[in-house]
Amino acid sequence: MLGRTANDLFWLSRYLERAENMARLIEVGYRIALLPREGEGYNEEWRSTLQSAGCETGYLAKYAVPTTADVINYLLFDADNGSSVRSCISIARRNARAQRTALTREMWESLNSAWINFEAINPQDITSDRLPALLDWIKEQSATYRGALLNTILRNDTFYFSQLGTFLERADNTARILDVKYFVLLPSYEMIGSSVDNLQWASILRSVSAHRSYRWVYKQHYKPWNIADYLILNAEMPRSLKACYLEIDQAVAGLKKFYHQTDMCVPSAHETLDMLEHGDIDTIFQSGVHEFLTDFLGRNNRVAQEISQAYHFNG
Amino acid sequence: MSKAFDEMNGFGGGVREPYRAVAEWLETQKIDDLKKKRTEAEALFRRTGITFAVYGDGQAAERLIPFDIVPRIISASEWRRLAAGIEQRVKALNAFMYDIYHRQEILRAGRVPEELVVQNSAFVPEMIGVDPPLGIYSHIIGIDIVRTGPNEFYVLEDNTRTPSGVSYMLENRETMMHMFPDLFAKNRVAPIETYPDNLLKTLESVADKSLDRDPNFALLTPGLYNSAYFEHSFLADQMGIELVEGQDLVVIDGALYMKTTQGRKQVDVLYRRIDDDFLDPLVFDPTSLLGVPGLFDVYRSGRVAIVNAPGAGIADDKAIYNYIPEIVRFYTGSPPILKNVPTRNCRNPDDLAYVLDNLKDLVVKEVHGSGGYGMLVGPAASAAEIEAFREKLKARPHNYIAQPTLALSTCPTLVDSGLAPRHLDLRPFVLIGDRVRLVPGGLTRVALRDGSLVVNSSQGGGTKDTWILQD
Repeated sequence: MLGRTANDLFWLSRYLERAENMARLIEVGYRIALLPREGEGYNEEWRSTLQSAGCETGYLAKYAVPTTADVINYLLFDADNGSSVRSCISIARRNARAQRTALTREMWESLNSAWINFEAINPQDITSDRLPALLDWIKEQSATYRGALLNTILRNDTFYFSQLGTFLERADNTARILDVKYFVLLPSYEMIGSSVDNLQWASILRSVSAHRSYRWVYKQHYKPWNIADYLILNAEMPRSLKACYLEIDQAVAGLKKFYHQTDMCVPSAHETLDMLEHGDIDTIFQSGVHEFLTDFLGRNNRVAQEISQAYHFNG
Repeated sequence: MSKAFDEMNGFGGGVREPYRAVAEWLETQKIDDLKKKRTEAEALFRRTGITFAVYGDGQAAERLIPFDIVPRIISASEWRRLAAGIEQRVKALNAFMYDIYHRQEILRAGRVPEELVVQNSAFVPEMIGVDPPLGIYSHIIGIDIVRTGPNEFYVLEDNTRTPSGVSYMLENRETMMHMFPDLFAKNRVAPIETYPDNLLKTLESVADKSLDRDPNFALLTPGLYNSAYFEHSFLADQMGIELVEGQDLVVIDGALYMKTTQGRKQVDVLYRRIDDDFLDPLVFDPTSLLGVPGLFDVYRSGRVAIVNAPGAGIADDKAIYNYIPEIVRFYTGSPPILKNVPTRNCRNPDDLAYVLDNLKDLVVKEVHGSGGYGMLVGPAASAAEIEAFREKLKARPHNYIAQPTLALSTCPTLVDSGLAPRHLDLRPFVLIGDRVRLVPGGLTRVALRDGSLVVNSSQGGGTKDTWILQD
């Protein structure tokens, strides 16, 4: 496989995962914006959404304050925003078109249809009553593509590079949501062990589609402690950092086997998994959640760089 | 212009034999249902991504080539004659290229004017004395054939550089079989699906035989904004070979390599879909970013085969076209089976005078033009267009050739008002390697506007599935 092909496949998956995460973030932000609030509260909520999406700087360069209509438009449709759903889908589709030969027909057609249908949307038509359906549709497109990938692609380098893109992006996303929201919400260290009665806590879980499963797993009310444990260390939770790194580790091992390599090409992947497997939430809280997540995001970037170098993404 | 021959109905007088089953089927169809089917087909094409870019429409523009659901049908005996003529012609074209890049016997014999070859911009002097594998220059040739009567076939032009359209031939068939399986049960249509396999065999036949490993193949594309990008990725996929851009290739120590996830991998046969000019900035256009510096040296040393060879364009140059019957006789010793359209080279004063006097009846083309750009179709042009063209012609006569306006055959085609006759041509794709391979089929292009003779997709032409019937 060409290095350029591996690079395109990796980013195709990353961008599609990003589109899905963006839809989820907008969903949560919009839900909170609908709640009865005092004063400018919802501005702050949209600000934290923009931060979680990594889009705050870009947004503020264009608009003075976060308003519901502007934020939604910026995150969904703005071509100037490299992470808007429009940008994500069109970059993913461009990469798919460039690497059409590596994809199965099912993968290509699901993505091409998603792009055709998204491009046909007139942003003005997306009134508030139609927004939820659109966000669901975006998540469905990502699910359909992932389904086509899992069901039709050979377990070869195409599969492994795609997996790496998906789970690196997902880990990055979960870590950022947790970092931003946790920071905003957490009033003091004393509170972290106690139950909180705050819809905002639920919003963290909603951002990663985990608000219902949380109850099944912890059988308790929302507690900051548990929420952090769930999103960082719980291997059952498919968007937790640990679950992502179990997948990344498998894909790295798969590549190594597929290419008959003897050296460890992506050492940081295994190290990071190791760190998560031996981590416990007490220690993380002792040393600071923010510090932990900052360190994690650095590791996550390092893994991406090591992959890119080991497999000659840039020739 | 006299009344055109219709592929289904001849010159009147009933449905021709090859079309009987299809004509009966059409009788039973409602036009609205056919239109619905056409819409379905177009949605299928769009979903599959069978699109092409139109130059000048902006980078993002992706368009469909209109697909017509009435097939174009050729009988087994008609095809046998065409196939024999095609094989004879492509062998002669390759023999001609070998000759003019070596001893130039045909020029010495005075059968083709020397200046027409050596001063031709499609002639690549760097190729003189180079020995391509098997002595073949053009491994893939698309021959444009038009018909004017039951037994009147003419070659309109040869495409010996990087002919395109074969993916449409294959996808049109897939679409027809998907939508109208019953039609294939009622007609014995020769299969064409072996084309990619034949293409790969052709590439294999020119690989270096002394390698102690399996040869590696790659298809070189200018990239995804090229108008034929779909075809490039389609063919690479069908053959299971890498689709590469210039940036993926590098010349090291006299060999060509592609940059893979596991480092460099040598390329032994390069099926290139970029023009000569862009192949190697060190030898040809120095500003090209599409090709690979040093590629031509690797080719000259025999360490990579290039398909089609650099310099293959000399054989489809419109100024050479007139001499092809002569070229066929010279190299095969037999009279040509396929006829040329009588053509006037405006570089000759007598021909120029004739052309200027008869512009309203002629088709005038640029010698180096393609895609239907920059041509005049006299009978369809306004007086003002003709006068404007007359000035261009006088200013640069050597840049033009002229042909009589042929009454191209028509075939019933689904248009807004229902089924109506529209003019068409035929481009079979022939492969030349260790032997000549020709799948029974081709791309039928159809002019969708009433009376139009311009079938090029860049000018709004459509395509049809092309059936060669078996006995």
